[in-house]
This record gives sequence, structure tokens and C-alpha cells, in this order.
Amino acid sequence: MSEEKRNLTCIRCPMGCQITVTLESGEVRAVEGNSCPRGDEYARNEVTHPVRTVTSTVRVRKGSLPVVSVKTQTDIPKDRIFDVMRDINSVTVTAPVHIGDVLMENIAGTGVALVATRDVPAA
Amino acid sequence: MRQDVRIVIIGGGPAGLAAAAAAAEQGVPVGDILIIERDDKLGGILNQCIHNGFGLHTFREELTGPEYAQRYIDLVEKDEIPYLLNTIVVDISKSKEAAPCGGHAGAAKNASRGYKTVTAMNSTDGMIQIRAEAVILAMGCRERPRGALNIPGYRPAGIYTAGTAQRFVNIEGRMPGREVVILGSGDIGLIMARRMTLEGAKVKVVAELMPYSGGLKRNIVQCLDDFGIPLKLSHTVVDIRGRDRVEGVTIAEVGPDRKPIPGTEEYYSCDTLLLSCGLIPENELSDGLGVGMNPVTNGPKVNESLETDVPGVFACGNVLHVHDLVDYVSEEATAAGACAARYVLEEETGAAGKQETGAADKPVTITATDGVRYTVPVSIHVDRMQETQRIRFRVGAVYRDAAIEVDFDGRPFRTWKKRIMAPGEMEQVILTKKDLAAAKGLRNITIRVVQGG
Repeated sequence: MSEEKRNLTCIRCPMGCQITVTLESGEVRAVEGNSCPRGDEYARNEVTHPVRTVTSTVRVRKGSLPVVSVKTQTDIPKDRIFDVMRDINSVTVTAPVHIGDVLMENIAGTGVALVATRDVPAA
Repeated sequence: MRQDVRIVIIGGGPAGLAAAAAAAEQGVPVGDILIIERDDKLGGILNQCIHNGFGLHTFREELTGPEYAQRYIDLVEKDEIPYLLNTIVVDISKSKEAAPCGGHAGAAKNASRGYKTVTAMNSTDGMIQIRAEAVILAMGCRERPRGALNIPGYRPAGIYTAGTAQRFVNIEGRMPGREVVILGSGDIGLIMARRMTLEGAKVKVVAELMPYSGGLKRNIVQCLDDFGIPLKLSHTVVDIRGRDRVEGVTIAEVGPDRKPIPGTEEYYSCDTLLLSCGLIPENELSDGLGVGMNPVTNGPKVNESLETDVPGVFACGNVLHVHDLVDYVSEEATAAGACAARYVLEEETGAAGKQETGAADKPVTITATDGVRYTVPVSIHVDRMQETQRIRFRVGAVYRDAAIEVDFDGRPFRTWKKRIMAPGEMEQVILTKKDLAAAKGLRNITIRVVQGG
């Protein structure tokens, strides 16, 4: 059985823990160096199917600002980032927009919603 | 226009908001607190930091910058703490005259301390003078501009600090350019490398003068590595081409003396150069007031109460020292707000004279040495400290498998092993009142890096 060790920097929070994942035939055998369960989850995902949260902006019509900041409600597969961006750039919303508003239900077919992260009042 | 309050907070960003909420929480009547903010919205620079990763320490969830800011704005709004927007403070001065807050039982007793006059301007009230017993400095920091970097070449359009570009893209919805080179690997530069890439720009390279990154390792991973953007350490910009608009930049490797090495030049065509070369606490007001400054942090020197050497003037957040994590800013600002509240309330609550007694006691000084560049605070009055005291600091180089040693009057007290320490990541040790009180006659605490610990 081939054992492989991979060193990762956790990106789940700015602590940036140095994590070592031990893989055996592609299966995760051990995760070390993380200081919280999020790090364990990150490391397992990263070596099998890496995911990311995408943050960007969406155009706003009749708002006090021309754009509203948004995020994917949960992580999406890393290799879908640019598909998600294409969808984000295809929509325009009308003010007022409220923090937490769902602007798209299922972005780029990922099953994940796109939500506003700030208020943009009407102009 | 004149106004008298007990605590003025300068800056409505994360530090100012947390300090205000903490002062109210400690029992300062909200009408006696005033936040002054120069932008048209509370929240400060968090409003343009639309990426996620904020709040894990404070709220146990992962928030974006605007969401994190809103949590604190909601606190301030719920408490109905007064604030002024679009208002810029131009001066803070101290007076020996009696504190003006005549309406308060304790104010008269506090009279001996004098008060501070905060002069501010806005377009509806004109000049405003606010007199207060305590001032909390929470002005944040600004980016090191091109003028401070001494890059040769013309001065064409297309050169921005990373934070300016961040405001353009995330607030104003405009792209500063399409082909980008970034000088400096500070966090905002790394974040903008990803942001511009997501919006369709080509980020060609990030050049960093130092042999290590100025930003967090996680940002190199998720902002550069994820998108295949090269980071060239020990490299700098040696020429900028273009008269009206940037056409390209030349990057060269630098030696240990940080001088460019001839023959290593590489030309990159681009229309935009972003600068992410460090943040400088914004302390013109503190200087004007005569607050003692730390030349390493460019922020005020403070004691355990985050109080400067001007009694009643407190500092927190990036104006004190530049932080990596807003969560730590909030924590520090909460402490500063609570200390300012104690300062204005202590005579009312019967703790009269304690401040004076404490001031008479010589504080324990803290010395940063052997790789530790500075500490916040720089001194501790043991009688005034809380049960635990955080000492925050940065190291001056990258250290692997080293340790942080704390000495009490030259004798090793404790060491903490560290797998990795880097200048880009703030470190901390926590000391307890019990330990300090037990070390009778303690005069000085030294914090150092010990190699191979």
C-alpha cells in the first residue's frame, strides 16, 4: 500500500494552521496539525474534492450604490468557480437589497444559493 | 456648535464600533458616548472587504467583511449610541481646566483631570467642538502610497494602491484595468489578485521585495496558488513604462541588500500596477495631541488598559498596530472601550483615588528583543490589570521550530513552542495577574525568540 503525506495550509480562518494529511491508496488515514474541526473538514475535502466559497458583486438597478456584495451561501466545487462567476455577472437586481437576500437560488447548477452580504437602499 | 460628552470615539470602523458598544455595556450612558466617522457609513474598510473569513473567533461563523461590520453596526444602533457621519476630526487637544460634564455626579470629582477638546468638521454643522473626559483613538490605518516607495519611472495613470482598487471594484463596480502586476504581497494585494482574476483580469505576477510574504499564508494558497498566479519573493519593480497610461513594468531580483541584481530584469506588459506594500497607522491626530509613539508600530505606546501616555486617551485597532484579523481588533477595542468606561466611571463607583495610587506605582515594563519587534502593551500596572493580559507582538523574520520565551527580570519564566512564526502573522502570549503578582518586585518583562526551542 502506498502511503502519501500532503502538507496543506488551512484556509478556513486566518490562523492558517499547517496541516498534514496522510493518504493511503487515495484514502485519508490521518489529519494532523489542525486546531479545530473545520480544519479537519478542510483537509479531507482538499485532498479529495476541493471546495471554495465565492464572493463577488452583483449589479444593482436604482440603488444608492451600483453594486451589492454577494457570496455563495455554502462552498461550491473549486473547479466550478468560473461558472459561478459567469452566472453572478449575468444578473442585475433592483434596489432595495437587504443583507441575507437570496439573489439566485441555484447558481451554475451547484445547488447553492447566492446571497447578498450588505444592504443597498434605493437611491 | 459645541457639545460635551464623556467619551468620544474617533473612527466608526470595527475598532470604534466595538469600543463604543463596550463602553455602553460597562454602564456609560449612551448619550455620553459619541462616535465620529468620516465616511458616509459606519463599518470602515470592512465594507469593501467583501471576501469571507471574518468572525470565526468572535461569532463562531464565517462572515464576509460587510456582514461582520453589520453585526457591530446593529449593536450600536440597538443601544442608540450617537454617531456623526461625513465628519472629519481635525484636531484633539488637552486642557487642564475642569472637565465640563457638569450634569454628572462623578464629573465634578473628576475635575482635576482636565478634558480633551475634539475639533471636527462637516458640511452641515461646520466646525464642531466636542469636550470629553476620555478619547478613544480608532482611526485605523492607510496604505503606503507610491510616493513612499521610490519607484523610478514616469507617473502614468494605472497605478493604484490595492485598497483603492478594492474600493473601485467592490463598492463602485468599476474595473481599474485588465492586465495587472502587483507589487508587494500584503493581504489586500493578495485578495485583489483573486478578485481581479475572478472579474476576468489577467494578474501576471506578484513581486515581493522581502524574502517572505507580507500576507497570511492562507491568502497565498487561496488567492494565488488556486489561480496559478506566481509570487516572486526578493523581487521589486525597477521601471514603469508608459507616459499617459501604464504599458508595462520591469521586475528584477534583489540581493540580500535589497538592491536589484543586474541581468535579472524581466518585462511584463500590463495596464495596471497595484501596490500592497504595507499599512501605516493613521496617527496625525495622536501626534498633534502629543501622544508618545512607538517607532516600530507607528502607533501610540499603551499600557495594560490600552491607555496612551496622555491620561484618558485610549487606542485600539489598526491605529495602535496593524492587525491581520478583525476579530482581534474587536477584542482589543472591546477592552479599550471597557477601560475608557472605567476611567470615566471609577470615581462615581467609589474606586476614587485608585487611578492615582495606580499611577504612583511604577508599572512593569515590557521589552521586545531577539527577533520580537514590538509588544502591545509596553507596560503593565499589576494592580490595574485584568486576571489575564494579552501581549501581542510580531517577529522580524521567519522562524521554524522556535519558541517564544518570557523572562521576568532576566530570569526565564515560561516558553511557548512555535512551529512557524512569520512577520506577516501577529503572535500573542497571555500572562496572568497571579503570575505577575507572585513575582514580587517585578520591574521588567522581556519577550524574545529562542531558536531551536
